[in-house]
Amino acid sequence: MENWKQNPRVFWTLGMPPSLWLLAFFIIPLGFLFVMSFSDKAIVDGQVSITGYDYLTGFSNYIRAFDPLYLGIMWKSVWISALATALCLLTAYPIAFGICFAKDKWKPLLLLLVVLPFWINLLIRTYALIAVFRTQGYVNKILGWVGLGPYEMLYNNFAVIFGLVYVYMPFMVLPLYATIERLDKSYLEASLDLGGSQFQTFMRVTVPLTMPGIVSGIILVFIPCLGSFLTPDLLGGANALMIGNVIERQFKAANDWPFGAALSFLLMYATFGALALRYLFTLRSKGVDV
Amino acid sequence: MAAQLKPGQGPLDYGSRTWLKALFGVNFFVLYAPIITLVAFSFNTDKRGVVWRGFTLDNYAKAWNNASLIEALTNSLVIAVIATVIATVLGALTALLMWRFRFPLKGAYEGFMALPIVIPEICMGVALLLFFVNSGLMEFFVHMPWPLNLGNIIFAHVTFCFPFVAVVVRSRLVGFNRQLEEASKDLGASEWQTFWSIIVPYMKPGLIAGALLAFTLSLDDFVITFFTSGPETVTFPVKVYSLVRRGVSPEINAASTVLIVITVVATVLAMKLQAPPKADKG
Repeated sequence: MENWKQNPRVFWTLGMPPSLWLLAFFIIPLGFLFVMSFSDKAIVDGQVSITGYDYLTGFSNYIRAFDPLYLGIMWKSVWISALATALCLLTAYPIAFGICFAKDKWKPLLLLLVVLPFWINLLIRTYALIAVFRTQGYVNKILGWVGLGPYEMLYNNFAVIFGLVYVYMPFMVLPLYATIERLDKSYLEASLDLGGSQFQTFMRVTVPLTMPGIVSGIILVFIPCLGSFLTPDLLGGANALMIGNVIERQFKAANDWPFGAALSFLLMYATFGALALRYLFTLRSKGVDV
Repeated sequence: MAAQLKPGQGPLDYGSRTWLKALFGVNFFVLYAPIITLVAFSFNTDKRGVVWRGFTLDNYAKAWNNASLIEALTNSLVIAVIATVIATVLGALTALLMWRFRFPLKGAYEGFMALPIVIPEICMGVALLLFFVNSGLMEFFVHMPWPLNLGNIIFAHVTFCFPFVAVVVRSRLVGFNRQLEEASKDLGASEWQTFWSIIVPYMKPGLIAGALLAFTLSLDDFVITFFTSGPETVTFPVKVYSLVRRGVSPEINAASTVLIVITVVATVLAMKLQAPPKADKG
């Protein structure tokens, strides 16, 4: 690698276009959003203006975000995301474990099968779930054969959690697979030889040694769950609002951009918090690549 | 535990355990059953799409004759193609910069480049909406003739696609043997000649994989497009969203199947290209 001073012309030619693009279409827009989050709608002739704003008026939007109604939705977003992440971990761990111990010729195919749904449009996958779970859907049809139902399975927290697990499971499998694959299998043999049961070996050897992958997977799933908009919107309806839906509403139907901007920043801070936790964990695991 | 092992099965042969196989079966069933039924029922004659009544291509014909659906699909493809070209160039530049140079605050710059990947989509969507409206770009693009009226969406798509391209291209560059570059320069090639005849050919699989990734990301994006599109411009996912809100119909199944086929083909191609090359070791 050369020092940039050795070849400044090449350095700037390579560096300028992407940096300027990111500045213009990412950093500046975020700056607008940041300013907006401290602003209020302008009052013109005693009426709240639709498009006018008084900029940088204070923290009123952030204070409003701590209204019990919104706190409730934020708390709900957190626990729904946490539960969905936990369920993802529970289903993904055996899958990742199984792929690692599968025959070599099967590994690429199994990995592809896990990752492929992730590449199919999120909207289409959610739509596919609606077709399965709606009142006249396949699940109710099958339940009908044994004389049960039909049940209303959509538009509740269950549907949202199932949808999130369904959509984000591949994110959990990949980091788990990467760490389990690198795990030195002789540790497991040693534990079994020394009289540990399979369960003890799993809990006291496998899990601690694959912790970096577990943490990585948790963060990778939790962040998009927390910020999800489409899944709660289509599967949860009005009964299972998450923070993303409230933000969308402020920018579309409710037309309260300053408040929406404040909520967006709170969501971003939560995301950065989760990333910082992951970073701290990397430091603690002494450079083991997470 | 040992008592349950079949002959020839070691304690670590988890891959051959029945319970694990069963778990795999259940998981893959849950993952794929909804998608497979969606595809299968796009060929169904039944309008309500719950019972299989017979094979037909009517739904595809109907989707094809639905002018607004086709318009949305055309928009999506145009956006994806243009955004892919720009994102691939920007991503390749970023990758080359990070691969070639040491510079102050490189770690911070790297984190900054990864920001569009990590921040929640909805935050990026609303930030861009705010930016386009306040800067007058939205107003500017809305009155442009097609396809220029897609400009704001293209800008947004390039922004979230190119950091992904950069990651893919950079991982390809890591395997590059720098002596080739030195040899080229020793033999009298200029910076530019070396770049075109040595580095670009080596980067090619990474560039194609990155481009395909950008293409799929752009084609699939709903959230950011939902916020940044003008009132008149509709992309395919946005159109499907408005249809889905009205209920399930076999026409959506047909349209979705087309999109699934496009993205799956692009993804499998990208994965093939990204797989470590067997013959050429840089």
